[in-house]
Amino acid sequence: MAYVAVKGGEQAIENAHAWLAEVRRGDPAVPELSLAQIEQQMSLAVDRVMAEGSCYDRGLAALAVKQARGDLIEAAFLLRAYRTTLPRFGASLPVDTGAMRVRRRISATYKDLPGGQVLGPTFDYTHRLLDFALAAEGEPPPPAPEAPAEETAMPRVTGILAQEGLMAPEAQSDAEPGDLTRQPLAFPADRSLRLQALARGDEGFLLALGYSTQRGYGNAHPFVGEIRMGEVSVELVPPELGFPIEIGEITVTECQMVNQFAGSKTEPPQFTRGYGLVFGQGERKAMAMALVDRSLRSAELGEEATAPAQQQEFVLYHCDNVEATGFVEHLKLPHYVDFQSELEKVRQMRATAMREAAE
Amino acid sequence: MGVLARASAAEIAERLGQAPPLPQHQRLRGPETGLAMVRGRQGGDGAPFNLGEMTVTRCSVRLADGLVGHAYVAGRDKQQAEWAAVLDAALQNPALRPALLEAVIEPLATAQAERAQRDARKAAATRVQFFTMATMR
Repeated sequence: MAYVAVKGGEQAIENAHAWLAEVRRGDPAVPELSLAQIEQQMSLAVDRVMAEGSCYDRGLAALAVKQARGDLIEAAFLLRAYRTTLPRFGASLPVDTGAMRVRRRISATYKDLPGGQVLGPTFDYTHRLLDFALAAEGEPPPPAPEAPAEETAMPRVTGILAQEGLMAPEAQSDAEPGDLTRQPLAFPADRSLRLQALARGDEGFLLALGYSTQRGYGNAHPFVGEIRMGEVSVELVPPELGFPIEIGEITVTECQMVNQFAGSKTEPPQFTRGYGLVFGQGERKAMAMALVDRSLRSAELGEEATAPAQQQEFVLYHCDNVEATGFVEHLKLPHYVDFQSELEKVRQMRATAMREAAE
Repeated sequence: MGVLARASAAEIAERLGQAPPLPQHQRLRGPETGLAMVRGRQGGDGAPFNLGEMTVTRCSVRLADGLVGHAYVAGRDKQQAEWAAVLDAALQNPALRPALLEAVIEPLATAQAERAQRDARKAAATRVQFFTMATMR
């Protein structure tokens, strides 16, 4: 019976898609958006889709944004689906964020740090008042001011603390990291897998979880040691060459959260770090990721895990918006037979309850 | 190779117009587009982790004189990858190398360095110059 109901929708679906195409385009009297316009003028939407779609390609992400009518989760879904059609040539060498061509770099822990505080193109310090000048089509703004660029090194803030022995060092290892696109997650997941999951996780979900750790669900005392955004070069070792070659540059945002750590039986009191790294310019996401990364380290640091943001399974199984969308939205699919049986059951229970009440 | 990887096909084409003609080549593989898994390091300097993938196009060619060239370039531009592979092969030929470096690689490298410098100067203009209350008086 169920199949009878599911069939017969073909014409309706076709017509629905035709209408979708029409509303996607909108009023034909309004000029159509080009991919270059989306890439250039909706660049942070493109960045978010690349991060959560887990595929760095500005042109593909812009196409996904256009096709999804600006629905960024749908766009990330499209990008994830597309990436499954491509072969993987290999893995890059780990990118060196210390050698980043920095466009923005700030620290909330040191005012006068080597390399200085570089604000870059930021929304910070804007008044968040709608700018009606943008509503009118005008001349492009004048080029941004320039100043002599000194060749100053920008050492990592975590490195400054490490020199004093106050920052827990990272494990020095070149071990092959786990890859959750090849092996399903298993728990406990090591930090490489957790960072991979967080890097492609939903910004909103991670933001809320990070926020929860600040409000007391997980007892975090974070400082922004450093945020940096800019271009890093990507190197890869082709098997036919056997030595690394540069294949291009990508934009990334990195956040180092510095957290107090009271020490344990084996470790002296010191600072520990939460780490965030995302494709594109995604500062909110990088910060949220760093907060949640630190929370998820509770087990290895011997802290009591009591809050949602400290529960690996809870965080990692629910941070992926493509998976979450799939399971939530599957509820729209026909459940006619399931529901028929529920209906029978409730009617039966109801009849029994009424009969008993009457007796 | 880094210079060619960062240049668009249009930019390479423009430079090739000023260069001696490239030797005939035969495609050995591709150009074909795939993915590379980009890795980062935990905490910036720790053990590697998989950050996410990026599109990459690769191409391998052989010139008439037997020299083989390989290219891997970010993105999906097959023309860029093929030219990069041909140039990789031709640059191994000592007779062609100086002219190609001068006409293609060096001008592209200069343009890229200029773009990077412009960004660096804009960034420098947003560097905070702290002053204390004492110096305000």
